[in-house]
Formats: sequence, structure tokens, C-alpha cells
Amino acid sequence: MVPEAEFRSYYGQPVIKAPVWHVPHMPLYLYLGGLSGGASLMSAAARLAGHDRLGLTARVTAAAGATLGAGFLVAELGRPERFLNMLRIFKPTSPMSVGSWILAAHSGLSALATASAVMSAAPASAVAARLPRRVAAALPAAGDAAAVATALTGPLMATYTAVLVADTAVPAWHEAHRELPFLFAGSALASAGAMGMLATPRAQAGPARVAAAAGAAVELAAGAVIERRLGLVGEPYREGRSGRLMRAARALTAGGGLLATVAGRSRALTALSGLALTAGALCTRFGVLEAGRASAADPKYTVVPQRQRLESGDRASTAAPARSWP
Amino acid sequence: MAERVGFFTDTSICIGCKACEVACKEWNDVPDDGFVFRATSYDNTGGLGASTWRHVAFIEQRVPAPGNGGPGGPSGAGELPADSVGPGVETGADGERPGAVVGEPVDRWLMASDVCKHCTHAACLDVCPTGALFRTEFHTVVVQADVCNGCGYCVPACPYGVIGRREDDGRAFKCTMCYDRLRGGLEPACAKACPTDSIQFGPLDELLERAERRVTDLHGQGRTEARLYGADPNDGVGGDGAFFLLMDDPEVYGLPPDPVVTTRDLPAMWGWAAGAALSMAGVMAAAFLRRRR
Repeated sequence: MVPEAEFRSYYGQPVIKAPVWHVPHMPLYLYLGGLSGGASLMSAAARLAGHDRLGLTARVTAAAGATLGAGFLVAELGRPERFLNMLRIFKPTSPMSVGSWILAAHSGLSALATASAVMSAAPASAVAARLPRRVAAALPAAGDAAAVATALTGPLMATYTAVLVADTAVPAWHEAHRELPFLFAGSALASAGAMGMLATPRAQAGPARVAAAAGAAVELAAGAVIERRLGLVGEPYREGRSGRLMRAARALTAGGGLLATVAGRSRALTALSGLALTAGALCTRFGVLEAGRASAADPKYTVVPQRQRLESGDRASTAAPARSWP
Repeated sequence: MAERVGFFTDTSICIGCKACEVACKEWNDVPDDGFVFRATSYDNTGGLGASTWRHVAFIEQRVPAPGNGGPGGPSGAGELPADSVGPGVETGADGERPGAVVGEPVDRWLMASDVCKHCTHAACLDVCPTGALFRTEFHTVVVQADVCNGCGYCVPACPYGVIGRREDDGRAFKCTMCYDRLRGGLEPACAKACPTDSIQFGPLDELLERAERRVTDLHGQGRTEARLYGADPNDGVGGDGAFFLLMDDPEVYGLPPDPVVTTRDLPAMWGWAAGAALSMAGVMAAAFLRRRR
């Protein structure tokens, strides 16, 4: 165990400010972005491997996740009417700027891929009949190209949010910058696999079950490394409200992942596994946000590691800053 | 670009009058930040935030008198710890301290006016996705209120916990170093109002030289606990545009002892994210390959 930290502070007040992002907007966006990213990757793989039914589920999930997620993102802003200001510049030092461009590209591509898949699944629908002939003719190829292109934007969509939270002064986030992308990537695979299982006939959902089980394994492994490697700074992932959320996430993800390996046998097992994995992914995102808040609220997580750096003669330095704006 | 200007806040001569807090509020029309009785000290302001751009900290300590030096140890501020500072702290050059008896603990009262540090490498500026935060011709860091969309990213990015979001307004606010006054050739309102010149404004190079001399003088008077904070251009934020002379460890004033601009590690973060993204694609590909046999 980590020994009780001794440190000085200004009346126990926090040194840094806690993230002001709201619940449930922020963690829901993290979940939906991951779900959309994983699902779009699944849709691309399904297109290339000829799994059309699973591909349809994946495309709809990817578009719905990106659209809903973007809605929560805009609602989270202090000035939602100014959300387009996100796209007035491209700024490589800001993961939120990079992420806004990723989201813009990804949601556009996944919407196109979904439109094409829905049209070809319902060619006689009123909307399809009203499309100009040239558009109708080009739509399937354009949709397939868009779905394959989301194989690039999807994984970025699922992992950029880890960089987003890590690129802060919040110790529990910043110090976990190696593991958080893997935690989110695994969770995204598990979420997308879960949705694929839940909304695709069992005979055609095989790859979704494999992705779900493998994603759950990655998520669990990354979570375990965070808890062990971070020491004192990782305490919020183990203790308090955030610790309870992370433990619930682990139990649900482990259970759902194990069930996914046998879920092909029955509808009940499929439903149980899919719901457990979804709940696990949600708990992970709520837990990570809560851990960040707890980490910012207690000055010991800021002061103790910095004081240790000074005392070991390992003072921080940016003599050659890696990134700076402008 | 004009010459880089800044603040040198010499806390050894701060008298805790809060004129800086008031002058800042008046000049910049900063709204009230809540009326909270904190019951810890003479400080009911608490800390910097969206509607507090200068904040005066008050720390009452009981420290060893000359000849009673104990080992410096950890303790919370405000608990009047007998061992809160290291040996020899109260050893005046001429041993003058009214009422101080060798061997008896004596009181001391620290006051310090905190402000945005206007970092050389500013995390708030780096992470702002809209370009609302920018670096001025005076090398200070300012939020453009007509561009900020209230994303809130700058708030947890600041290693000092300076910038905040006004929840009723939705946007982020912080000290501008009185950008409007600077453009008009005036010094910032807080420095103008400071009655003891604890807050000094000027070209940063001149302030740094003056601060070094002040530390040397204080050390000569036996005040060996005097040290500069934020003055080193090689520190984790590349040095501050607003630096301080402190009489105790930074964390006693609520300041981080060794702050780092979080974007220093950004390339490594993207590297790990790229690894995770590639692994994700690999897992998904494998999931489909397995099914095809």
C-alpha cells in the first residue's frame, strides 16, 4: 500500500481547478464517441469481409453514436450557440481542436455510410424514390467508401478523448496518459461489439462477439495497469465514489466479456452480455471523470509528487518545449 | 511585439490590505464571486477563479524563535505548527524581534497576493480549441470574450488553478494583466493600487534583476527562507510572467511546488493513442478473420 502522504497546503484547498465538465454530458460523450468509433471500424471490416447484416448494424450504430455524442458535446459548452468556433482554427496543441475535426470528419463519413446502407436495405422507401437518379446510383459506392474511410477516423475517435483528458494538470489523468488510450480503445471495442450482438441476428454476429470479448480483455488489462503503476496518484481509481464506479466497471466488463464468448448459444446470454458490457463501458467513463474530479479536489495528489520531484533533484523542465502555441 | 512585461509580487512586504483585489474588481468590472465565510483566516476570497483575478492569502504560523530550530516538517497551514519552517528561520541579523525569547515559539503572519502567472508556456493557451486565448504583444495571455465558447478545457489544464468558467455566463475568465491599461501606457490596476509596492509591474528582465537583489538583501538580513518562485526560465512552464518572492514553501500559499505545462508531454500522449488506435484496428481485423476461417 501507499504510505499516508505528508504534505503542506493552504488550508487543504485544492491547488488546481477540477474539470468543470458536467455529468452526464461529458462521460456520455466519451462513451458514445467510443461506441461510434468502434462501430465504424466494425462497419469497415464488415464491408471488406462481406458481413452485410452486421455491417448495417455497425453503420447505424456509428452514425447514431457520433450524432448523439456531438449533441451532448454541444450541450456541454458554456455557450452552445458558439459551437462552430471549434472549427474556426486547426490547432495541433489542443486535443479538443484536433478532436473537433476528427468528430466532424467522422460523423460526416458515418452518416453517409449509414444513409447508403439504409437506402439499399429499403430501396422502395419514399425517400429513396425521391432521390435524383444520379445520387441514387452513386450512393452505394460512396457509402462503402465512407464506411471504409471510417476505419481511419473511428479508432482516432475512440482514442483522442484519452489524450483530451490526459492533456490537463489533473494528476490522475495526466499520469495515466499511457494507459487511458488503451482503456478507451478496449472499452470502445467492447461497446461496439455489445451493440453489434444486441442488434444483429446471432448467426451473423460472430465477429461482434469476438470484438466484444477482446475489447473487454484490453479494457480490463489497461485498468489493472493504471491501478498498479500510478501509486498515490492512482488512488482515486481505487477509492471513494470513483473507485466504486471503476470496480463496478471491472465486474460488468469481465462478466460481459466472459459471457460474450458463449453468447452465440442463446438470446438470453446475448442480451445479458451486451447489456453488461454497455453498462461496464458507461461505468468506466463516469469513473474516469469522477477520478479526475477527486484527483483535482485533494491537494495531496498535486503537491506530493511535485515535492518528491524537487527533493530527488528531478525538477521539471521545459527547456526544449515539445509543443507550444503559437 | 513590445517588451515582455510582468509582475513581481514581493510577499515579504505585503500587508494584506486587499487593495489589489478591490482595484482589480473595479477596473475590470469583475462580478462578485460569492460571499463565503470560510472560517480559516482573514481570507474569505478563497482562491483565484473566473471572478477573482487577484487573491490575497493569509497564513498565520508559529515558528521557532532563534536558537530553537527544529527540523522543518510537513503540516497544514493555519494549524500554528511549531515546526512548520526549518531551523534558523526567525534568526534576524541583529536578533531584533520584539518580545521574542530564545527558545520560545514566535508568531509570524504571511500574506501574499496571487495572480495569473502569464506562463511562458501556457497550458490554457495551448489547449484552447477556438483560439479565444491568445498571447498579446506584451507576451501576456488573454481570453477574447467574444470568441470563447465555454468549452472549459483551459480550466483543468492550468497547473496553477487560475482560470475558471463563470457558470451563469458560460465563458472562461482570468487576469488580463489589464490589457486595456497596458495598451494605454498605464500599469495594471493592482500594481497601481498596491500601497507598499509589494506588487511591482515593469519589463520582466528589470523585475527579475530587482528580485534577485531583494533576495540577496533578505538573505543578508538573515531571512534565509526568502526565495523566488516562477522566476526560473528553465522550470516546467518556461518561467512565469508574474513571479513571486515567497517566505515559505509554495504549497503553503496554495501554489504548486513544481508545476509543469501539460502539453510538454503531448507528443508522447499522441504516441500512446496511436498505439491504442492501431491495436484497436488489429483486434477488429482479427475478429473478422477468425470468422472467415
